[in-house]
Amino acid sequence: MAPFAREVFGHASGSHRQARAARQALEEARDQVAALVGAAPGEIVFTSGGTEADNLAVFGVASAAARAREGSAAVLVASAIEHEAVLGPCRVAAARLAGVDHVRAGVDAAGVIDLDRLAELLDPDVALVSVMLANNEVGTVQPLTAVVPLVRALAPAAVVHTDAVQAAPWLELATAAAGADLVSISAHKLGGPKGAGALVVRGDTVLDPILVGGGQERDRRGGTHDVAGAVGLAAALAVSAAEREEESLRVAALRDRLADGIVAAVPSVTEAADRKHVLPGHCHLCFEGVDRQELVLLLDEAGVCVSGGAACASGALEASHVLCAMGVPANVANGAIRFSLGYTSSAADVERALAVVPEAVARLRA
Amino acid sequence: MRVLVAMSGGVDSSVAAALLAADGHDVVGATLKLWGGPSDSGCCSVADVDDARRVAQQLGIAHHVLNLVDDFTDDVVVPYVASHAAGLTPNPCIECNRHIKFDRLLTRARRMGFDRLATGHHARVACEGGRYVLRRGADGAKDQSYVLSMLGQRELADVWFPVGHLTKAAVRAQASRLGLRTAAKPDSQDVCFIHGAEGRQGFLRRRLELHPAAVVDACTGTKLGEVEAVELVTVGQRRGITVAGERRYAVSVDVPGRRVEVAPLAQSLADRVVLEPSSMTWTDGALPDGARAIAQVSAHGRPVPCMLHVRRATGDGSAREVVCRFDEPQRPVAPGQTVALYHAADPDAVAGAGIVAPATAGRRR
Repeated sequence: MAPFAREVFGHASGSHRQARAARQALEEARDQVAALVGAAPGEIVFTSGGTEADNLAVFGVASAAARAREGSAAVLVASAIEHEAVLGPCRVAAARLAGVDHVRAGVDAAGVIDLDRLAELLDPDVALVSVMLANNEVGTVQPLTAVVPLVRALAPAAVVHTDAVQAAPWLELATAAAGADLVSISAHKLGGPKGAGALVVRGDTVLDPILVGGGQERDRRGGTHDVAGAVGLAAALAVSAAEREEESLRVAALRDRLADGIVAAVPSVTEAADRKHVLPGHCHLCFEGVDRQELVLLLDEAGVCVSGGAACASGALEASHVLCAMGVPANVANGAIRFSLGYTSSAADVERALAVVPEAVARLRA
Repeated sequence: MRVLVAMSGGVDSSVAAALLAADGHDVVGATLKLWGGPSDSGCCSVADVDDARRVAQQLGIAHHVLNLVDDFTDDVVVPYVASHAAGLTPNPCIECNRHIKFDRLLTRARRMGFDRLATGHHARVACEGGRYVLRRGADGAKDQSYVLSMLGQRELADVWFPVGHLTKAAVRAQASRLGLRTAAKPDSQDVCFIHGAEGRQGFLRRRLELHPAAVVDACTGTKLGEVEAVELVTVGQRRGITVAGERRYAVSVDVPGRRVEVAPLAQSLADRVVLEPSSMTWTDGALPDGARAIAQVSAHGRPVPCMLHVRRATGDGSAREVVCRFDEPQRPVAPGQTVALYHAADPDAVAGAGIVAPATAGRRR
């Protein structure tokens, strides 16, 4: 992607040779992304990342539905464990647009959407159903292939959106997300650049743009193209797809070693989700009686970088809406840590974590 | 030493962290997220966290944000509102220091294995003969020993105030030399969880029912006027009390009775203040009955010579009544406010502190 930040600096919407070179790179990236996610090139809308893709999905559908329905009900249904980039726009759209309402579909204790409860929420008023392909906190893969037929049967007017940002490195989107009308992806979760992503907009899905300007991306996303970002996204997807099978096995084995090792060495640790439903890169553990903020700090000092969950604008950790939706008690959720593994993770990293986690937890429990 | 520095995003704690890092300590910065309400501003807002984080980057130290919003709400904001509802004038900065910085945060720092907790307060801790002494900061105009006057030996043993020996000007100069973005940042003002635009009244109005009250002459009982919200009247103030002619000062606030008593300045003066016995804290052991001391009744108030009277229970010897008798009559101190006591023989050294009782006795001469 580096040449497109330097030598090939043309504006992809122009018509001179520099612009054509940039446009060519952009369209090659589009073809590549389309092939890798199982969509037609015209169905790829490049965005500034996963958050923008999710916002475009929710606001785009809500706005189009509100216009079409002229104020009569348009309900946005999202699973209770969606990323804030989906839940936030649902709340805001309901507050801003006449007739638009939003509801959350619950999950079971294992962090998987409850299909019976989802079915109860579906009716012809539903304009959007958003169920992520896999959760970003606990890593649970959602049964999208079961959600889609349910929505088609009970809420025929609804657009199905799936946030595949977390799942993209691990699941083959061409099959796993095949049923969804809208699919969000982000380059950085694939090892690509931060600030690049895409929304797959399938077929004739009606969507109002949220960025209005030069009519780029077939009037679905105005603004000068980030050519380097699009090229980076395509390259990251390609590498990730080529190595997916092998990496999934390798990383899952590392994750199992890490999770089993910690559970064996540390008392009162629970895995929030059932590992058979969890992405290979996720090791989510709850250390009962430990404050995750303190554990993050101690592990950071010991050279182990972990996440204590979602942070607000200041960087302070907030209570997890995902664990809350799963019914995890507050004293357990307060000790929740996500160890993330990926293509850079090694056996040495896992041994390092296993060497320092038990001591850090013991210190904080003393 | 491994030191956790509480970085508010202001210049003092920025320089405190810088000095410790320069001294070769193993320093980790932490900014407390204390308030998430719509009035998020002033101390510890998102902008302040950004500033603290940037300073930590410049100093090359780790920086973390600790979410203590629930503790702050329970230990500072809720009692603040309850105190106003009872007609008291609380000092939330002191309660934050007591409960949040030097209890919750200090406990966390110890648990995480830090040797010391440092803050940017202008005060000094010295170890003399194995005992810790809390002294005023070197910059008299910026001294913050008053808001730390509740600290005891247990806390003082583990805290550092690295800028306490510097003047504010020297702190700013040091920050400028280091190119820290907080160098010219104004000092924090007022209550951090109350937004300037809504003010104390706006904040309290949304959290408790405010009641109008009669303003009555303290001597004659004659009704002189009304106030909109009795809960917002502070003993000693004249603002907000509508009385024609001569300036009057509030000498008592009676919330249930919806009554504020006022008097001219000369008659409002008090020769003593009664402290809540259960609120008394001592830096290093209680002053005895009859001890001479120096009282300070507000953050930047003038030190006032006084004598302490302590009446103890015959059984367990616990204090039953604590009265601070001023050598010269003073403007009355509002119930709920903190009185910091300094040693008469060592007037920079804090002896202890107490909260003014909602008593009526001894208010006036």
